[in-house]
Amino acid sequence: MTEQRNVPMGAENIDYMTDTRPIAADETAPGCKKRDPIVVAENVTRSFGGINAVDVEYLEIPRHKITALIGPNGAGKTTLFNLLTGFDTPNSGKWQFEGNSLAGVSPYKVARMGMVRTFQLTKVMGKLTVMENMRLGGSEQPGERLSKALFKGMWGGREKEITAQANVLLEKFKLDAKKDDYAASLSGGQRKLLEMARSLMVRPKLVMLDEPMAGVNPALTQSLLDHIKNLKAEGMTVLFVEHDMNMVRHIADWVVVMAEGKIVAEGPPQEVMKNPAVIDAYLGAHHDVDLGDAEGIKELAAELVADKESIVGTEDAGIIAADVVATEPDEPQARKKDIE
Amino acid sequence: MDLGFIFSSAAGELFSPTTAAYALAALGLAVHFGYSGLLNFGQAGFMAVGAYGFAISTLTFGVPFFIGLLIAVVCSAIFALLLGIPTLRLRADYLAIVTIAAAEIVRYIVTTNQLTSVTGSANGLAAFEAGFYSMNPFPEGSYFGMNNRDFFIRVVGWGLVIICCTLVWLLMRSPWGRVLKGIREDENAVRSLGKNVYAYKMQALVIGGVLGALAGMVFTLPRGAVQPANYGTELTFFLYTCLLLGGLGTVLGPVVGAMIFWVVLSLTQGILYGLIESDAVTWLNTVQAGQLRYILVGVALMLLMIFRPQGVFGNKKELAFA
Amino acid sequence: MRSTPRGLSHRRRGGLLKTLGAVFAAVVAILLVVAPASQATTPSPTPSPSNQQFQNSISGFLRDDARAPIADVTITAKSGDFTGTAKSGANGSWTIGVPVQGTYEVELDESTLPEGIKLAEGQENPRTVTFSQTSNLSVIFAFGKGIVVQQQDFGQNLLNRLVAGLSFGLLLALASVGLSLIFGTTGLTNFAHGEMVTFGAVLVFVFNAMSLPFWLAIVLALLGGGLFGYVQDAGLWKPLRRRGTGLVPMMIVSIGLALAVRYVIQFYFGGATQQLPYAQSAEIQIGPVSISPNNLWSLIISAIVIALIGIILLKTRLGKATRAVADNPALAAASGIDVDNVIRIVWVAGGMLASLGGILWAYYRPGVTFDMGSQILLLIFAGVTLGGLGTVFGALIGSVIVGIFVELTTVFGLAADLKYVGALFIMIVVLLFRPQGILGRRERVG
Repeated sequence: MTEQRNVPMGAENIDYMTDTRPIAADETAPGCKKRDPIVVAENVTRSFGGINAVDVEYLEIPRHKITALIGPNGAGKTTLFNLLTGFDTPNSGKWQFEGNSLAGVSPYKVARMGMVRTFQLTKVMGKLTVMENMRLGGSEQPGERLSKALFKGMWGGREKEITAQANVLLEKFKLDAKKDDYAASLSGGQRKLLEMARSLMVRPKLVMLDEPMAGVNPALTQSLLDHIKNLKAEGMTVLFVEHDMNMVRHIADWVVVMAEGKIVAEGPPQEVMKNPAVIDAYLGAHHDVDLGDAEGIKELAAELVADKESIVGTEDAGIIAADVVATEPDEPQARKKDIE
Repeated sequence: MDLGFIFSSAAGELFSPTTAAYALAALGLAVHFGYSGLLNFGQAGFMAVGAYGFAISTLTFGVPFFIGLLIAVVCSAIFALLLGIPTLRLRADYLAIVTIAAAEIVRYIVTTNQLTSVTGSANGLAAFEAGFYSMNPFPEGSYFGMNNRDFFIRVVGWGLVIICCTLVWLLMRSPWGRVLKGIREDENAVRSLGKNVYAYKMQALVIGGVLGALAGMVFTLPRGAVQPANYGTELTFFLYTCLLLGGLGTVLGPVVGAMIFWVVLSLTQGILYGLIESDAVTWLNTVQAGQLRYILVGVALMLLMIFRPQGVFGNKKELAFA
Repeated sequence: MRSTPRGLSHRRRGGLLKTLGAVFAAVVAILLVVAPASQATTPSPTPSPSNQQFQNSISGFLRDDARAPIADVTITAKSGDFTGTAKSGANGSWTIGVPVQGTYEVELDESTLPEGIKLAEGQENPRTVTFSQTSNLSVIFAFGKGIVVQQQDFGQNLLNRLVAGLSFGLLLALASVGLSLIFGTTGLTNFAHGEMVTFGAVLVFVFNAMSLPFWLAIVLALLGGGLFGYVQDAGLWKPLRRRGTGLVPMMIVSIGLALAVRYVIQFYFGGATQQLPYAQSAEIQIGPVSISPNNLWSLIISAIVIALIGIILLKTRLGKATRAVADNPALAAASGIDVDNVIRIVWVAGGMLASLGGILWAYYRPGVTFDMGSQILLLIFAGVTLGGLGTVFGALIGSVIVGIFVELTTVFGLAADLKYVGALFIMIVVLLFRPQGILGRRERVG
């Protein structure tokens, strides 16, 4: 039912593109205002032992769009997720969801407000069946109150409703055949799907997916990408973390790039990919980059060595950056190992 | 060596009030650890709170039996709340250390000479069971070879076990129980689905603690005395052995586990003592035979955990850890 | 990372062994110094072996104001319907075995005192005494004219307790640093650590009873402790790690191990309290502080050993490797550190430290019992938790705080039999306000 409404991205997104200031080589990269933001974060910082894991001056997430959050390992993406959803407390800053401040709001309340996340390391309950996992996501269950739990008459009705809701979702995610199996028996990709389906049981307004593609068998990635697109079609907003620029290019309306805790760039995917700050962020600190073909990387690396602003080719770059330039044909394998 | 006597006394352990008490306390641990993943190492403390709460309110304040019972239950619930507040937000091992410390604090406090007038210090308290036995509906006589008092406490103890097992079963099949099982595996995932994990853990801690307090009362009533030495950390570890014997995430597991535990202990003791008396074993004395049982419990706990963590009847697929 | 040469791990291993050898030699050297010294300062009474069938005992030494022993004096201990009697031996020592800990009335039969010796003025007789946590209770009767019951002023008492607490805290730290290292590198909360403490003290007693020289008994006990740690790791924990056993199951396995080892020790050692050589000593005055020589030595030894550990952790390859493994075992392994080897060394070192702690604890209490380690296990945990699970220097600071707190609570009016309660309580309170402990770090979710 959702396929028809799935409008080609480019046309619909023009408003946002004009909204965006061009991303210059501005290292501080202040976030830009959005026409209709669902999340607004201001001066959110979090440090671990003196290192600023997250230092976001200003960030808005556009409503009804798919926003990708990219950046090298250790850029602070997951930490930012944790901060936004209340799983971690920032050292400073304020952030809001649909105009409600979230400072000091506990994670479960954030989820109840309609901001539901998944985790980088998939968290499904392996010792519960797939169906029980799904039911766990159901909201407003009277049977979850101790006072009513003893009497099935008081919660049996709602249980049927959420079971029906779960069945629809499981069918959509092609997990319906597995619904009575323990979730531990699922493959990594199926777990990712289950986790995503389960988060939809909450009926969220904003779905935050932490590396939904990591570890997923390539045969499944396409259907995962379709699911993510469908979420938008159904009126949800999606924010997801991803390493792989190719995948980001396919589904994201908007891309936010983090490096060393800061937002270094944002914009529509096509423009962000050309941004030197992004390339530097990836090549400068992380070798898990896939910017298309190997030739491109060599060229870019050569340019970056020449560029005084870039650390590539200098002593600061360290062993890792040198590795990237020297051994780039091995990279795809290395990346796979990383994920597993 | 009288094998008939050894076996009949071992069989007698099957339905002894002490076994009922262990079953109840282990059921409390099943709610804590088996279903919710809360590592409560202070169940002995909950039992002590129950036993002393009842004994002190009966002896010091002279309240009737049911008020004493209520006070004991309320005390254990408060104890659970006090323990839960600092620890339920922390990792599992912190809860383990804090609960074991709290149980020891309880034991030190009822042992101290400063409070002898209330707690009887190391000697403990006695003669508080009259109110209970005055309710005995069974006239004097022999019931399956027991007198009416022994029969009454068994009926009450095992009746309580059956009621509590039913309640726990009803709770665990409900969505409430499902949330607990979810928390056992990954509380952050449950949190991300909009459930107040802290509240659920607290409820589970209180329920398991109240079961422990009831167990403390069932443990102490037939003895007619409560002594602090009975509520050391070993008691908690014996309860864990019972729980692991029967199976963690099951309702009947703790009951069956407690039965196996006591029957096996009684059998080994009977046989060892018999061998020593008949001079078949000369390298042991009866004191050492008693210690040998503890060694066996320790080894059994290790072996169970390593080779059969789901217990004798548990389902390995439902076990929270592997 | 990738460019780290493989050869490093070999060189490192050689370094590890060398350092370990150096530590061990240092420990041995210290103990060698201690042994004759304590011999010199203390007389060597052996407690009379009467009434050994009881687990608990009341004992003491009768000495007149010239410190000469008083023999053949009858002393009676009463509680309820239990009455125990003993006569002081030639060295003035007496011991009455009692069935349970509790409150006893101890009476010295003044008619059996030798001519010319009288109890000091103000000396209560009979006097009421109470067991605190230990299974042996020392009762002193003062004789003669001058030494009336000493009225210590508050400041004096505070200072003495502070020093005693420091001594106790440092001996706790020996055990808790080992526990913390093990936790840091393997994630195991080892409930059997108390038994490792007991093991050291029991070994000294056993070797001493085999009439080996005292210093040799201690060296062998330390080696035995290290061996116990090694065997535990090789025989139990390493295979379990290989199987990928979770941390909670391992914790429960350690409880089973603790029960088994504790009662194996009781099986062979018995339930009685035994004294190590030189356990009894009179307090000496150092400046404003009065302290027993044993406590002083304990303080010095543990301070030196802990300082050595600190240096090793901060300065040597072994220390850096250990901290790297504690921080992130996978990363450490990837950087060419032999993680299994580091863990093995940590277990051996942890076992030796626990042994040393146990020996010192046997002098602090004083006495060796099968459950002496499990008595302080919770205080060790309290120290480790206070400082922050897995942080070695946190464990040190936490233990010292616990030790001092335990000793000071009695100064501030808490009954002696409640002194551990204060320490456990403060641990819970600290967790309430600083869950990660004093030096701990908060962890990232997800």
